[in-house]
Amino acid sequence: MTKMVPLPSKSIVPERDAEHEPILETHRLGIDFGGLTAVDEVTLAIGRTEISGLIGPNGAGKTTVFNMLTNVYKPTRGDIMLDGKPTQGKSVAQVSRMGIARTFQNIRLFDQMSVLDNVKVGLHNDIHQSLLASVTHAFGFRKSEKEANERALEFLSFFNLDKFAYQKAGSLPYGEQRRLEIARALATEPKIILLDEPAAGMNPSETAELMENIRKIRDKYRIAVLLIEHDMSLVMNLCEGICVLDHGKVIAKGTPDEIKSNPKVIEAYLGKKKEK
Amino acid sequence: MARKKKISSFAVNNIKCYGLVILAFLVLMPLQSAGVLNNSVSGQLVPICAYVVMAISLNLTVGYLGELSLGHAGFMSVGAFTGVITAVALSQSVAAPELRLLVSIIVGGLFAGVAGLIIGIPVLRLKGDYLAIVTLAFGEIIKNIINCLYVGIDASGLHFSMKNTNELNLDAAGKVILNGPQGAVGITKIATFGAAILLILFALFIVLNLVHSKTGRAVSAIRDNRIAAESVGIGVTRYKLTAFIISAMLAGMAGALYAQNFSTVAAQKFDFNLSILILVFVVLGGMRNIFGSIIATAILYMLPELLRGIADYRMLIYAIILIAVMLLTNNMKVRAFIDTAMANIKGKLAGRKGGNS
Repeated sequence: MTKMVPLPSKSIVPERDAEHEPILETHRLGIDFGGLTAVDEVTLAIGRTEISGLIGPNGAGKTTVFNMLTNVYKPTRGDIMLDGKPTQGKSVAQVSRMGIARTFQNIRLFDQMSVLDNVKVGLHNDIHQSLLASVTHAFGFRKSEKEANERALEFLSFFNLDKFAYQKAGSLPYGEQRRLEIARALATEPKIILLDEPAAGMNPSETAELMENIRKIRDKYRIAVLLIEHDMSLVMNLCEGICVLDHGKVIAKGTPDEIKSNPKVIEAYLGKKKEK
Repeated sequence: MARKKKISSFAVNNIKCYGLVILAFLVLMPLQSAGVLNNSVSGQLVPICAYVVMAISLNLTVGYLGELSLGHAGFMSVGAFTGVITAVALSQSVAAPELRLLVSIIVGGLFAGVAGLIIGIPVLRLKGDYLAIVTLAFGEIIKNIINCLYVGIDASGLHFSMKNTNELNLDAAGKVILNGPQGAVGITKIATFGAAILLILFALFIVLNLVHSKTGRAVSAIRDNRIAAESVGIGVTRYKLTAFIISAMLAGMAGALYAQNFSTVAAQKFDFNLSILILVFVVLGGMRNIFGSIIATAILYMLPELLRGIADYRMLIYAIILIAVMLLTNNMKVRAFIDTAMANIKGKLAGRKGGNS
């Protein structure tokens, strides 16, 4: 398998991941909406255990990239390789089973279901329970449910949500809802998790806790994390690699330090200096 | 108290549902066999049970799956007529009426399930109003097809025609089962109250188990948030279809039971109004509230009968009661009042218990 992104490129995977194939690669990815090019020429490579960030001003196309990576949108151009396999032509559910999980910018929980059941839905493809067992509550039903409950509670306690297990997900406070969404995504046992503005609406102490959690996720489950975030202190402190998007195009890639001092990035965020 | 807490809400709800049905049986069965119930009440027992099964099965589609189906009577119709044909076809070979009823209910359920599959594949791609419109049309189509369907049986087997009874080419000993607009004629009334109760228990078993399982969670997840359900790897079409087919099968079983409580049943019986009636039972009993569905069906079915005394005004009063229940149960003040009243009653009961012991 040849690597799609010629390495070394500007998208450097961390040294510890360099000898493995990247978990996620995109090559000149682009999408048009009725003649309007929303995203173009996005080439990325994300290492197996890398925490990377996708940043950019509002409307830059960050969530659109997420939607293409999870096949919610069909890319007009370019390829996506997940763990060395193309995702082209797969359904959203199939791509999820290939090992990509995500959270949403506007939280999407199963509001009417309990917190525990939300995570159990995440475990769905790992619960071995036939339709017959579902309908009769026999034929190995108890065993599969017991296993599911134990594993779901494990995920919940990892995120300090176990005390809410039997509450309705819709009744949780905002911060807990965000954490539950991550727990549900993790329950699918992904190889990479995409977080869409995980710190939105959080106060500084919650954000600090979230950063700690994201690091813990990476260390415990040995997976890659790609996050969209507007909180620059979070991005700069947490991410090992950063990709900056503006007007649908990648304007910079690199380590946090490189990004901070990149004049193009400063221009995109703050505007051009007026020449005197 | 500690022991009480261990019983999950799932178990409590199960006990409530099964208990209510068994209680109804234990109370009504002796009354019926002792001949205390008059003919009109006694004759309504099986239809009420059939409607309860319909409401339970529709609650699966509307409540748990969250899709508005207005053609549920269509599945009942498919089950009713295939069930009747099966029962008549078996009348020579199978002597025991109970066994005949059982087989006809199973066949009715299977055919309704196949109809559910055929309808479900295209229909479940639609959302909201469109799904309601197409299922409504399906109900009407089934009604009209059966309206012009002629089925007969003789020594050589079943005969079908879409024109008239002569086209069936039955031999001298042949018998017409389905006579076009007249519907099924000469049905042997083999449905019993006991069988009807068993069917309710079966429907409860299937639905209550299903909604607390992997499949049921997937179905609920799709209802709550389809995009999120897909994103965690749930095949949406598959689970929607599963729930829809199970719902259709139960409706078909209810139909087969229902039809064999009468000597004749016409396709006109399973029309749009019936679909709406069942939907009213479900909505009034509460979405995803199976216990509520049973209660609402029993009360609303009997209400017009009870109001028979005021003849002309009964549908008016029926409508007013429906509107009042919908408005009042959604009114915050009334709900709060009911809640405090319930808490008071519970408190008093607990207090009395404490005093006794």
